[in-house]
Amino acid sequence: MRKRKSISYAKWGYLFILPFFISFFIFSLIPLADTVRYSFYEYYRSGLKSIGPNFVGFKNYLSLLKSDMLGYGANTMILWIIGFIPQIGIALLLASWFTNIRIKIHGMQFFKVVIYLPNLIMASAFAMLFFTMFSSHGPVNSILMSLGWLKEPIDFMGTVFGTRALIGFMNFLMWFGNTTIMLMAAIMGISNDIFEASEIDGCNGWRRFWYITLPLIRPILAYTMITAIIGGLQMFDVPQILTNGQGNPNHSSMTLIMFLNSHLKSKNYGMAGALSVYLFIVSGILCFIVYRMTNDNDPDGSKAAAKRRAKEERRRR
Amino acid sequence: MKKRTAIAVLTAAMAMTGCIAHAEEGKVINIYSWNGEFRERVELVYPEVESTSADGTVTTLKDGTEIHWIINPNQDGVYQDKLDEALLNQADAADDDKIDLFLSETDYVNKYTDAEIDVAIPLTDLGIDPEKDLADQYSFTKTTASDVNGVQRGSTWQCCPGLLVYRRDIAKEVLGTDDPEEVGAMVKDWETLKGTAEKLKSAGYFTFASYADTFRLYGNSIENPWVSAGETKIVIDKQITDWISDSKEWLDAGYFDKTVKGQWNDDWNKSMGSESKVFAFLFPAWGIDFTLNPNWDGEAGAWAVTNPPQEYNWGGSYVHGCTGTDNPEHVKDIILAVTANKDSLLTISREKTDFTNTISGMQEAAADDANFSSEFLGGQNAFKYFAPVAENIKIAPLSAYDQGCVELIQSSFSDYFQGTVDYETAKNNFETSIKVRYPEITEIIWPE
Amino acid sequence: MKRNKSHYAESALVHGVLLLLAFMCLFFFYILLINATRSHADLQKGFSALPGKDLINNFKNVANDGTFPMLRGILNSLFVSASCAAICTYFSSLTAYGLYAYDFKIKKAAFTFIMAILVMPTQVTAMGFLRLITKMGMYDSLLPLILPSVASPAVFYFMYSYLQSSLPLSLVEAARIDGSGEFHTFNRIVLPIMKPAIAVQAIFTFVGSWNNYFVPALVIQSKNKMTVPILIATLRGADYMNFDMGKVYMMIAVAIVPIIVVYLFLSKYIIAGVTLGGVKE
Repeated sequence: MRKRKSISYAKWGYLFILPFFISFFIFSLIPLADTVRYSFYEYYRSGLKSIGPNFVGFKNYLSLLKSDMLGYGANTMILWIIGFIPQIGIALLLASWFTNIRIKIHGMQFFKVVIYLPNLIMASAFAMLFFTMFSSHGPVNSILMSLGWLKEPIDFMGTVFGTRALIGFMNFLMWFGNTTIMLMAAIMGISNDIFEASEIDGCNGWRRFWYITLPLIRPILAYTMITAIIGGLQMFDVPQILTNGQGNPNHSSMTLIMFLNSHLKSKNYGMAGALSVYLFIVSGILCFIVYRMTNDNDPDGSKAAAKRRAKEERRRR
Repeated sequence: MKKRTAIAVLTAAMAMTGCIAHAEEGKVINIYSWNGEFRERVELVYPEVESTSADGTVTTLKDGTEIHWIINPNQDGVYQDKLDEALLNQADAADDDKIDLFLSETDYVNKYTDAEIDVAIPLTDLGIDPEKDLADQYSFTKTTASDVNGVQRGSTWQCCPGLLVYRRDIAKEVLGTDDPEEVGAMVKDWETLKGTAEKLKSAGYFTFASYADTFRLYGNSIENPWVSAGETKIVIDKQITDWISDSKEWLDAGYFDKTVKGQWNDDWNKSMGSESKVFAFLFPAWGIDFTLNPNWDGEAGAWAVTNPPQEYNWGGSYVHGCTGTDNPEHVKDIILAVTANKDSLLTISREKTDFTNTISGMQEAAADDANFSSEFLGGQNAFKYFAPVAENIKIAPLSAYDQGCVELIQSSFSDYFQGTVDYETAKNNFETSIKVRYPEITEIIWPE
Repeated sequence: MKRNKSHYAESALVHGVLLLLAFMCLFFFYILLINATRSHADLQKGFSALPGKDLINNFKNVANDGTFPMLRGILNSLFVSASCAAICTYFSSLTAYGLYAYDFKIKKAAFTFIMAILVMPTQVTAMGFLRLITKMGMYDSLLPLILPSVASPAVFYFMYSYLQSSLPLSLVEAARIDGSGEFHTFNRIVLPIMKPAIAVQAIFTFVGSWNNYFVPALVIQSKNKMTVPILIATLRGADYMNFDMGKVYMMIAVAIVPIIVVYLFLSKYIIAGVTLGGVKE
């Protein structure tokens, strides 16, 4: 009886997921196939002339390996880490404060609204704003100098450290509010019973956060990690505009997507295709790692137990 | 090892060049440009103009034809991307969507005057005879707008000889005079200028704002093009390496402001303000009016012009009729009205302060202080200084790769000037970037 | 007594950190707004903490410039972003529910597949995407900016996680027993439960789409279809003819202020929505 019913419901499952797959097939899969195909061709525009497509096998892939691609990959990772570590740290802290009923925060609503604000500015406009603010004659330098804290203006964007720090800072500022809200939603999703029970057991503050909150919000934490990694891999607008597309000084803030963009700009479909495939593979590997880390890392065995229980239940049916 | 290159037949459908059916003119003229500069000049001197809409997107002519202005910014190659896209669709576009006229800048004019791709109509096919109709133009502008076979495919109303424009107050304080003749003598060549720079430095002033300021003087006197026709290797001219070593020397000596990196950024703009310690800029006419003037926050009359240490040209907008246009008569009329009519050109010079493309007209302007003196320059007649520079300009040989080479050599060596990387690294960075920008480039040859 | 003291210190720390963060977030808006009220010549003089007098003037310069149809751009952006937010959250919920509540053969494969494509950077397909929509005749239209949001793996994953934690399947069973159709169940029972998740994702999607530059810049050609980021980038083209920092700041302000107003208006619901997630079951 039950079995027959679930078969008859299956068509609804297919129906419900159909739009997603149709849209994906048209707008992502076909373009992706196109991109992959051209990665094996020499195909670019020179001025208004079009060269190719001529099949060249793995030549594009090889010449990318010989280029500075790996260095740009390292840059991307460094820039991402500089921004992400404070982002997730502060977000966890704030989320636990905001959801802790015993800490009374005055103007909580105000803070919640404010920390999310930077996320609303478009990255390009934000980068432009930073570029003017931190330029040698910009407001930040002139404020610091008029306060007497500085004698000479700091050349923020003239040093590797300064440029990277600025990019990391901007990424942090733009995303920590977003992450906070996300984590808050997750923490609030935890049933109050659990917290109450823990309190009765004398589990408080830090311990409660570490042993109860953190494991329970793991799915959302994983989600945050994954989206942050994708976001990091796609980092483009901020360094692009801050360094005018050159990744100066010495290409030290040139990210992978900036590199891709410069190939797209010179209409080099072959190279851009090959680079896209590399990016695709790398992002796949990264997310697989995170996915495994956050899902299989199961210190208290509760998840494994749950799985076992679920399996048993299914068998009993 | 010659690469087999297949040239797309994008122009096949447009190959009807020249034999344009003059039967009926279209109702819409589409003009591609990167700002309102050309529109303002058309409004000023093209007698057929009736009115322009308040937002500046449509100009109506007396015969009812509408000019649609399609404006995209030059920055980041956006203008060229959009133009290229439209040119590739030109054959299939409806008549009213076809490009009729488009503009290009000296930095990339060569890309569009290419004989093979044939997107800019030869002037003779439009019924314009360069020998006769454009006889009064500066000849280097005609060379610039011609393809490899010497067929002229565009025309310009302006010509951009550059000068040295300096702060009178600083000149008086440090050099003891603000008289353009006397200051001119102190900056007449690089050696003399260096002596003057030392004086300025000890008084706490910078001679120029940044190393990018002097680039055009070197870059426009190269002997050979960056890339010779049919080649795939970049040959770096001696002038360019001279610019690199001189700039390094000047920056280290403190003649440039170290905090200003390149041009077109906020620091550079600020260096033109009254708080700045920068003595001079190297600008053509447009630079004085559209860059220096708006950035100057003091009284008018604080600046003056004089001869540069070396003759140079910077910029210039070329007007091209577009292959496939359905309005060839209008195209011809507009090109003639804006770029070949001496009275119109003098009007443009008077109203818009452009240095215009008429040899005899500019000589008259140089002598006509009553009509051509500038308030911003304290009543000085800048044409007096522009005209001789213009006559001596030898335009550097162009290639389709100029824009990328100029941009990337400046940004790659910026790190070297600032001391972040050594010379070899900067060289490598340039080679890497240029090969990404132009995939067909196989080799970069440095002098010596 | 001691407990009170440590409480006091903790509270001071919390407020201190929050104030610092709030300052960092607001400082940039403050500079932006101040600079938007100053003329280019004023800005040349250096930074000032007080607003200038050119607010109206700068605004007029922005509004009257036909090369940058800002009002039109805002309308376009609003339309695209709102459509994206609606379509994206609805279809992601639908897909998540489809995979969560039903058992069918390819269920696991479909889920794994979506998780795999979750990581695909948009830029990777940009090139093929452009060629495709050109062939489909959607080049230079707003549709290709909206339709692809039907398939948003990241939003799907969020919805799926949310369903896992918030929707007991017994509820669906109960609805079936009551004779509710599957589609009806989704719209009337599941969607309301997912409201908090939808609220959060709707605003994220809206903002993401509002700020999206990469794809629109490739797709949109004509002026009257441009969205705000393209216009901003257009203005950024530091052209010597219309180089006016006052105008640039004003333009950025004009691009940002509407979304802030919308956000301030909605923030009550967003944060209430988030709270709502806590009192489920």
